[in-house]
Amino acid sequence: MRRIKRIAWGVGMLPLAWLVLAGVTGGLGVNPIEAFTRGLGDWALRFLLLTLAVTPVRMLTNWGWVSGLRRTFGLIAFTYACLHLLSYTGLDQLFDWGTLYKDLLKRRYITVGAVAYLMLIPLAVTSDSRLIKRLGGARWRALHRLIYVIAPLVVLHFWMMIRAGYDRPLLYGLAAGSLLAMRLVRVTMREAPAGPPPVPRPSADGG
Amino acid sequence: MVIRHAWDLKESDVTPEHLFFGRRKILAMGAGALTALALPKGAGAALVDGYAKETTTLNEKVTPFEDATAYNNFYEFGTDKSDPAAIAPKMFHPGPWEVVVDGECAKPGKIGLEALIHPQKLVERTYRLRCVEAWSMVIPWIGVPLGDVLKRFEPTSKAKYVAFWTLEDPKQMPGQRSPILPWPYREGLRIDEAVHPLTLLSVGAYGRDLLPQNGAPLRLVVPWKYGFKSIKSIVRISFTETMPQCTWNMTAPNEYGFYSNVNPAVDHPRWSQATERRIGEFLRRKTLPFNGYADQVASLYQGMDLKANF
Repeated sequence: MRRIKRIAWGVGMLPLAWLVLAGVTGGLGVNPIEAFTRGLGDWALRFLLLTLAVTPVRMLTNWGWVSGLRRTFGLIAFTYACLHLLSYTGLDQLFDWGTLYKDLLKRRYITVGAVAYLMLIPLAVTSDSRLIKRLGGARWRALHRLIYVIAPLVVLHFWMMIRAGYDRPLLYGLAAGSLLAMRLVRVTMREAPAGPPPVPRPSADGG
Repeated sequence: MVIRHAWDLKESDVTPEHLFFGRRKILAMGAGALTALALPKGAGAALVDGYAKETTTLNEKVTPFEDATAYNNFYEFGTDKSDPAAIAPKMFHPGPWEVVVDGECAKPGKIGLEALIHPQKLVERTYRLRCVEAWSMVIPWIGVPLGDVLKRFEPTSKAKYVAFWTLEDPKQMPGQRSPILPWPYREGLRIDEAVHPLTLLSVGAYGRDLLPQNGAPLRLVVPWKYGFKSIKSIVRISFTETMPQCTWNMTAPNEYGFYSNVNPAVDHPRWSQATERRIGEFLRRKTLPFNGYADQVASLYQGMDLKANF
């Protein structure tokens, strides 16, 4: 399992490597900072959807080991979200905090994005095994139900940026909606709810 | 002939000569090269054939030809900035082009592009272009002052506005097959904006005919307004008594006003207009009122509340 997770992390970082490489070689077009920020956001959303897809895939295939990847994909998604935020505040706005603060209050899509990001932080932090142990399964599950709010907010953030041609956010919205619905169906079917990753013993897999 | 104007850019900033394609050079390069240059098929000789450079004193670098022809908002070909350059040259072949001029005027008619343009002398003007999305370029346009063309049709006193239409042809413009915008694309100007000396009816850029992705074969350039008002691939011009419909205003009236003058003090509801990304530069620039053409056009809006009439 440890190897699978390492491979997953490797694959997860490929889009970032491509974006950086493209950025320095002029492959991001004539407005590279905008393309870089947008690319990071796209991948944060995709890995978020991948995270949501793990449990439905496990339901359909009965491959128990897949569940181990949920934390990995979630953390990859969070990594991209952090970089997306850093790219916007640092590369695009050059840490102009005055303007950024005004943007945060006035530009609703930024407010939505910021709220979604803030909600992701406790989820990322409580991925750590020691904190899972401290929280306990029931409280961990309750906290991570926030994803049902975060995922739609992320799609909304994307939607609100578009001028015309909403096909892409619509597609993401449908994907997110379907995945969330599948997980809710499992809950109503009284299957065991998706729990936190197993707390590792000293000799077991890390990850 | 060299004409100096206050709004102009430095001669040294204009695109180097090797990017110029005079008509003789195009013919010498042969038919194969013609296709490679993506000239409109069946259009005959290049429209841009000799023009007067109105050189300028503005101190800003011209956007490279490769960038200005690869990063375009032309939703008729798709909503990605790379779509028009990828799709338009393959699918859009303007061919013999006619423009309908009608409405409140004494001499309406349907007129071929050559007949529309050639009585006037072509000029090259290097203008800033500021997109409403807060990026900008500097482009050497070639065309004729719109006012000189319009007065040939003798607008009456009822002509308070001028309306424009883009071609509607989903066969050539695949973006028009879905209702992302209410096709055909429409724009409009007040009559004094239309006949203002800055307003250009353009048939070329960078020393050659317009490429399909830049709005071939005929487009408007209104440099003190956001770029979406510089309507592309024009097929109809109408003098109207009432304010014309404009596509972006119809689509999102709280975001895109009729005037859409570049104004750093009036934000777009979803983003700030105080700064812009000049394509090719790393640091953002402060956006200038009227895109830096305040001296020439501010008087048109004297007494108007520019926040209300955004």
